[in-house]
Amino acid sequence: MLEWFSAISTPLLVLGGMALAFGALLGFAAVRFRVEGDPLVEQVDALLPQTQCGQCGYPGCRPYAEAIVNGDQINKCPPGGQATINELANLLDMEPMPLDAEHGVEDVKKVAFIREAECIGCTKCIQACPVDAIVGAAKYMHTVIVDECTGCDLCVEPCPVDCIDMVPLETSLQDWHPEIPEDGVKLIASDRPQRGTLSSDGSRGDKNKRDAA
Amino acid sequence: MSPEQETRTRQDRRHSAEERRAAREAQLIASEQQRALKPNDFPGGIHPPENKHQSTGEPIGSIPLADDLFVPLVQHVGTTALPLVKLGERVLKGQKIGEADGLISCAVHAPSSGTVVALEPVPVPHPSGMPVDGVVIRTDGKEEWCDLQPCEDFRKVAPVDLLEKIRECGIAGLGGAGFPAAVKLDPHGGTEIDTLIINGTECEPYITADDMTMRERASEIIAGVEILAYILDEPERVLIGIEDNKPEAIEAMRKAAEGTRFDIVVYPTKYPSGGEKQLIQILTGREVPNKGLPANVGIICHNTGTARAVYRAVRYGEPLISRVTTVVGEALERQRNIDVPLGTPIRHILKHHGAHRGLMQRIIHGGPMMGFTLEDDSAPVIKTTTCILVPTKEELPPPPPAQPCIRCGFCAEVCPASLLPQQLYWYARAEDREKLQAYNLFDCIECGACSYVCPSSIPLVQYYRAAKGDIRIAEEEKEKSDRARERFEFRKLRLEKAEKEKEEKRKARREAAEQARRQREQESDSPEAQAAKQEADVVAAALARVKAKQASPEQQLARAQRSLTSAEHRVERMEKKLADAPAEQRDQLAAQLKAAQLKVEEARQKLAKAEAAANTSGSPPSAVEDAADVQSGTAAPVPGPVSEERKDKAKQAIERARAAAAARASMSDADKLAAEIEAMKARVAKSEARLQKARDENDPNVDAFATALEKMRNKLEEKMREQNNGGGAD
Amino acid sequence: MSSPHARAGDRTARVMLQVALAAIPGVLALVVYFGIGVLINIALCTVTALLCEAGVMKLRGRPVAFYLKDYSAFITALLLGIALPPYCAWWLPVVGSAAAIILSKQLYGGIGYNPFNPAMVGYVVLLISFPVEMTRWVGPGELIMGSPSISEAFALVFGNYSIDGFTRATPLEIVRLNQSVLLSQLYETEPMLARGNLAGFGWEAVNAGFLLGGLYLLYRGIITWHAPVGMLATILLLSLMFYDSGSSLSEGSPILHLFSGATMLGAFFIITDPVSGATSNRGRLIFGIGVGLITYVIRAWGSYPDAVAFAVLLMNFAAPTIDNYTLPRTYGHKAPRKATDVEEQ
Repeated sequence: MLEWFSAISTPLLVLGGMALAFGALLGFAAVRFRVEGDPLVEQVDALLPQTQCGQCGYPGCRPYAEAIVNGDQINKCPPGGQATINELANLLDMEPMPLDAEHGVEDVKKVAFIREAECIGCTKCIQACPVDAIVGAAKYMHTVIVDECTGCDLCVEPCPVDCIDMVPLETSLQDWHPEIPEDGVKLIASDRPQRGTLSSDGSRGDKNKRDAA
Repeated sequence: MSPEQETRTRQDRRHSAEERRAAREAQLIASEQQRALKPNDFPGGIHPPENKHQSTGEPIGSIPLADDLFVPLVQHVGTTALPLVKLGERVLKGQKIGEADGLISCAVHAPSSGTVVALEPVPVPHPSGMPVDGVVIRTDGKEEWCDLQPCEDFRKVAPVDLLEKIRECGIAGLGGAGFPAAVKLDPHGGTEIDTLIINGTECEPYITADDMTMRERASEIIAGVEILAYILDEPERVLIGIEDNKPEAIEAMRKAAEGTRFDIVVYPTKYPSGGEKQLIQILTGREVPNKGLPANVGIICHNTGTARAVYRAVRYGEPLISRVTTVVGEALERQRNIDVPLGTPIRHILKHHGAHRGLMQRIIHGGPMMGFTLEDDSAPVIKTTTCILVPTKEELPPPPPAQPCIRCGFCAEVCPASLLPQQLYWYARAEDREKLQAYNLFDCIECGACSYVCPSSIPLVQYYRAAKGDIRIAEEEKEKSDRARERFEFRKLRLEKAEKEKEEKRKARREAAEQARRQREQESDSPEAQAAKQEADVVAAALARVKAKQASPEQQLARAQRSLTSAEHRVERMEKKLADAPAEQRDQLAAQLKAAQLKVEEARQKLAKAEAAANTSGSPPSAVEDAADVQSGTAAPVPGPVSEERKDKAKQAIERARAAAAARASMSDADKLAAEIEAMKARVAKSEARLQKARDENDPNVDAFATALEKMRNKLEEKMREQNNGGGAD
Repeated sequence: MSSPHARAGDRTARVMLQVALAAIPGVLALVVYFGIGVLINIALCTVTALLCEAGVMKLRGRPVAFYLKDYSAFITALLLGIALPPYCAWWLPVVGSAAAIILSKQLYGGIGYNPFNPAMVGYVVLLISFPVEMTRWVGPGELIMGSPSISEAFALVFGNYSIDGFTRATPLEIVRLNQSVLLSQLYETEPMLARGNLAGFGWEAVNAGFLLGGLYLLYRGIITWHAPVGMLATILLLSLMFYDSGSSLSEGSPILHLFSGATMLGAFFIITDPVSGATSNRGRLIFGIGVGLITYVIRAWGSYPDAVAFAVLLMNFAAPTIDNYTLPRTYGHKAPRKATDVEEQ
């Protein structure tokens, strides 16, 4: 009995000692290198486009970031589009997925524009703007700060005289840059227009429409 | 060893170390100075066919003035100039028509005398083909100069004033990049400038504008260099770099530079030795640090053409209104250099050089390595137009279709910045921005050497340009979204704070009221309290009376009738007065009459309302409302439910928007249209109701509501038409 | 259209043809000393490779002619054909080049995307699957009473004519298999070594031929000196170290190692394959040194007499890592950066 005990006592001691040592180490590390806040939410939030448009179903980008960290889908952000989904997938180590059309579709960048002659100065749009990008006072004409407008279109609905338009953001000469060139030949077989799918240039689209009709 | 000795030895050692360092530095400086005259080499580079002989056969010529000059307000790197002229205004040659907007900008001047016939977007040589704001001048052929301020001896003028002069004259770098010259000459807080480099390399094939300028106008260039050196506080070295394929230019420049301290350095021809960074490496062995400027290593670099323009500006006060441009290409009958007014349409130039439309396949602005094709030959010559190249198909064949990269590495061999172009290409294709930056994409000078040698004919430079633009835009967007986040958070904070403050105020008020009541109860026996109570009773009684008056519909009706009759009387009186009044008072009276009529209208409406109220007597709603009003005047409104309600409203709005978006997304185009129309109809209905209400209440915004409704109706009609058309097509 | 508008005339096809041109002296030497077997190999490999390439392109829905025109499949076939033992059974070249094109190249995405050298993958697949057939080299014609005639050659390749009468040990095998004899004795007794100038009869000429071709490629700027010099210098150094002044334990003289086996073919034609090699010049040097090192180690102490193919494949694995640590110093930057150091933003 004693023999048996002495035989296993050394391994027991060693293993137990190691467990204690590593446990202490881990505990120390947990205290010493503790990270304040929830960095993942910050990281996710940093990738979202900050339009604060609520199309995802959450009241703003940060709430959506929190929801993503808590397990919501990453494809609910139309303003960010596929690029944002890909970046989120990369960050969270997930497979990228297509944009959930339920929340809207990707569109060109737009900004709100107030037709100032028609504005009656009701301040409803000012209250609706999530980023304070509309200036003006009651009974005075309002205007949009183009550089701050995120294009969320939350101001269009409340306007009683319908004087707000969403206009596409124009590219200036300074912002312009050439596109990635097209390949001389299509490299991948799936590039070919295939039956039943819509090619990007719509060359196949007509046939599809006819089929559908 | 005693401690004293020890310290001494240590000191000695330190001294000797310092001496050695000083000696090494001196040696370094000396070797660098030696090296300056013995040009260095830079890694990579190519030797494309030079094709310079075609355009050097003739002296610099000129062509007849074009009828219309299209002068874009941005011909340089930086912000667009602000126009100074009006439509129809007559301008004189050299008159400033555009003011520099901010520091990194350039003034624009009228290239010839004439009339401003348009202020509109004009075509401009740019790879995007986008037009920019510009001034169109219809020339009168008189070439009438405006007043110029010549300057005999620039040394009597302070460098700051010379800089101002250069800025006023709108001089941008003439080498092709077009950076405002005055900005470059005025290094802000950089290191001391010890070297001025004048770039006469012109390494691009075909272009000979600088070459011909140096041959024919060497003395002007040297005079310009003197001014530049003076402005820069006489740097230690002034180096004029010329490639060895321009013997005539070298000869002319050497002759012109005799008696000056300027060194003319000649180095072997290799593309792209004319790149600013490469030239600095060739002439000084220094490298411009990453993300830095030449000024960071004590160097300022200017083009020969710029030096000449500076001379003309300072000596004669001439602004930059023309430049020497190479017009070359096998599709032309005549190939040469011309001194051409800025704003001259390229079409006009081609016409005067016998462009053969059949042979012409494209127009290249700039050289074959870094130039870009022009969509539109009505684009004008601008400050950066070094060359107009019109090659035939045989001369510069269009690139064959790109093959896959085989990583042959030819591109890395020729890259003057020692990049790995093939890796950059992979990552540009994959749009891997982090990797692109890790591989120093932004150190690419876009010289095109890699594409030139690529056996797979991959348009590498285009990939890099696209990737650079993408990254730049992504960074801008990131910045913008960060700002949006900040503003959003700030707004949230502000709203919360406001809510809290309100809440606190309410609480305070309630407490104060409570306290007052308690106090009153406590002190109810005291005479003051009695008095106060009485007073309060009086107020209450008055209030009650008013309430009773207002509450009684009959009384209201009576009052309304009274006011109506009095208003009507007034109108009658007015009408009479108007009939009798002399002509000069009529307008005034008419206005008064109109106001009176409006009053009548108002009174009538009020009467109608009162009648309605009287009819539905019993407990009339207006009374209740009024009572509520009185109440709210005294007591604080109940805040909790309202804000809750508001929040709920916001939530509901989001919900609604979301539902709408979801519905939109899942529908086909036709369905979408139909849904949009439905939504429109709803909005129109809402808007109609709103208008009606506004009319009833005599809202001052009635007109605005009316136009809005009108517009919405129009929109709706349009949509419906669209729907009908769509239906027809299906 | 994007700049530059001017282009040098070189196309991928021309580059590939230059490589083929440069291989001519070596192939010629092979034909002179070993007969027409190598030509049959090349022909079989080429036909199979082109058919495979075309077939896969067709399946992948890409333009067949466009890709065949770049001659890359031909170069793979040529190099594999040269590397295979002459007069081997017809199915060896067929299987080998099919493996090279389909397995090693097209399955990874086609030209430009293959991480391993296709010719060497084909070779190693055969060497591991059919070790006996792959190690039977015919002797030089003068040592075996003349190389096989054309009819004999076809009988050897397509019939079931036994090759045994024509085979001879290669110089490297001779040195490996006679570890108890002094080198000088070997050079006296073995006709293969006795007839030649230090590196084996026939073999030295073949290697000289490939060296000549390699110099041509260097001259034309198709390859850089870094990889070949790295490999050859390493082999030279190691063989000098272990020459052991020709004792019975000697691993062979430097000349023997440099001019025998596939040394020159590997140094100038195989490891200079840009797709599967390192990208920067420094990286190429390291790549070459690695190939030389592994080649020598396997030759001296491994179980194969020659090892260029293994060495190349092993170094192909290492190429991305080499690339990561050998970025050139970009203009205006202080030190070369590792690609893994992503800039802080």
